[in-house]
Amino acid sequence: MKIYDGKFIIAGLVAFIGLATFPIWSNIGKASPLPEPKLDTPAIQQMEQKQCVLTRDEMRTGHMRLLDEWRIEVVRNGGRIYTATDGKIYEMSLQNECMRCHSNKTRFCDACHSYVGLPNSTPYCWTCHIAPREKD
Amino acid sequence: MNFIMSLVAVLALVLTAFLGIEAAGLRTFFSMAVPYVAFTLFIAGTVYRVLAWASSPVPFRIPTTAGQQKTFPWIKRNRFDNPANKKEVLGRMILEVLLFRSLFRNTKAEIEKGPKLYYQWEKWLWVGGLALHYSFLVILLRHLRFFTEPVPFFVQALGGMDSFLQVGLPGIYISDSVFMLAVIYLLVRRLIIPTVRYISLPGDYFPLILMLAIGVTGILTRYFTRVDLLKVKQLALGLAKFQSSAPEQVGTIFYIHLLLVCTLIAYFPFSKLMHAGGIFLSPTRNLPNDSRIRRHVNPWDYPVEVQTYAEYEERFREKMIEAGLPVAKEIAAGGPAVYPLTKK
Repeated sequence: MKIYDGKFIIAGLVAFIGLATFPIWSNIGKASPLPEPKLDTPAIQQMEQKQCVLTRDEMRTGHMRLLDEWRIEVVRNGGRIYTATDGKIYEMSLQNECMRCHSNKTRFCDACHSYVGLPNSTPYCWTCHIAPREKD
Repeated sequence: MNFIMSLVAVLALVLTAFLGIEAAGLRTFFSMAVPYVAFTLFIAGTVYRVLAWASSPVPFRIPTTAGQQKTFPWIKRNRFDNPANKKEVLGRMILEVLLFRSLFRNTKAEIEKGPKLYYQWEKWLWVGGLALHYSFLVILLRHLRFFTEPVPFFVQALGGMDSFLQVGLPGIYISDSVFMLAVIYLLVRRLIIPTVRYISLPGDYFPLILMLAIGVTGILTRYFTRVDLLKVKQLALGLAKFQSSAPEQVGTIFYIHLLLVCTLIAYFPFSKLMHAGGIFLSPTRNLPNDSRIRRHVNPWDYPVEVQTYAEYEERFREKMIEAGLPVAKEIAAGGPAVYPLTKK
């Protein structure tokens, strides 16, 4: 089989294969361990029953939903009281409720957010809220 | 009928993934085997297709021209619609690949009362096509965040720009909305315009319905049923590094999305989608119109043995004189021979 205009064809194919296999060759020799969001803040260690507002799995996939619902409820409706499914009462507040336990933004929030490639501005909590001061 | 066939095919794929995960529990098969097979088919099929195209000779210039050819210097010519050299062809190709220029010329012919034939400016196909291709590109690049660690800056920035409207959490991507609108438009267009519907084959409907299903499942995984992204990324990185990363429990909707995407890339080289490679190899676009500027010799002309008239006469002179035919050069006669039909 004769290939006409071989140099263009080969160059094009090499470029195509190079681009298509980018995920393969760009990962060679790179360790990419799973992030471990730290749950060792003093407030969490003092808790008897280590339980967040929702279950762990629900929080993992749905925390953004919960925060969005809280924000709408607080900002638009002025409600501040959230009753969890287990009957516990929470104050709907990022800074006073969530961050009371999870005071370690960089090692909790950012650990996973940067792993899944969210730009720093995307969880746009911190365009209004003040990020906590961390001692490290 | 063609539409129903394609719809059934896509629904069968969805059902395959659903039953494969829910009933048979074939997680490793759907998350490891299928993507590797699909990716191999994609690369090998594309290379095969391009090489097969490249083995067809294109000895003569056959560009479709749509403008004034290069001629006298005082006649205005059209560089992009009638390129005369490789540089102008490059310009034509870049505009074609990036802006779909020939689709921009699309017109609609209609016979109305009179009877009169009307040609109308028809840009919606071009707009829909551009929207589909560019939103698909953005979506494809955004997905690199699952295949790279650390995530490159441009992927992060793209995700940030794409969700900058800050609608809801997780933020709605502009490219997702544009993609869905464009796919729906292109599908509806095929279905409701009678002339377009008449020429639509299963191969036209299937990719559109498949992309629609990919969009729907992708949107479901992100905004509605939601999956654990850490596990998804672990799986994607495991694929890229050829490490089996024991796929854990990820929602079934994710596996449906994955199987549909694998189908799309495996189907790619064997379908109309291969226009992505074909556009670069279109002789009607990638050749300069220099038929009359350069001499083009057919490279596969059969080597025919030719005999000049002088040689012919040399061979048959005696017989020609015997038969009384005129000859250019008498036997043993001096002086210059005058052959007919020979160039000086």
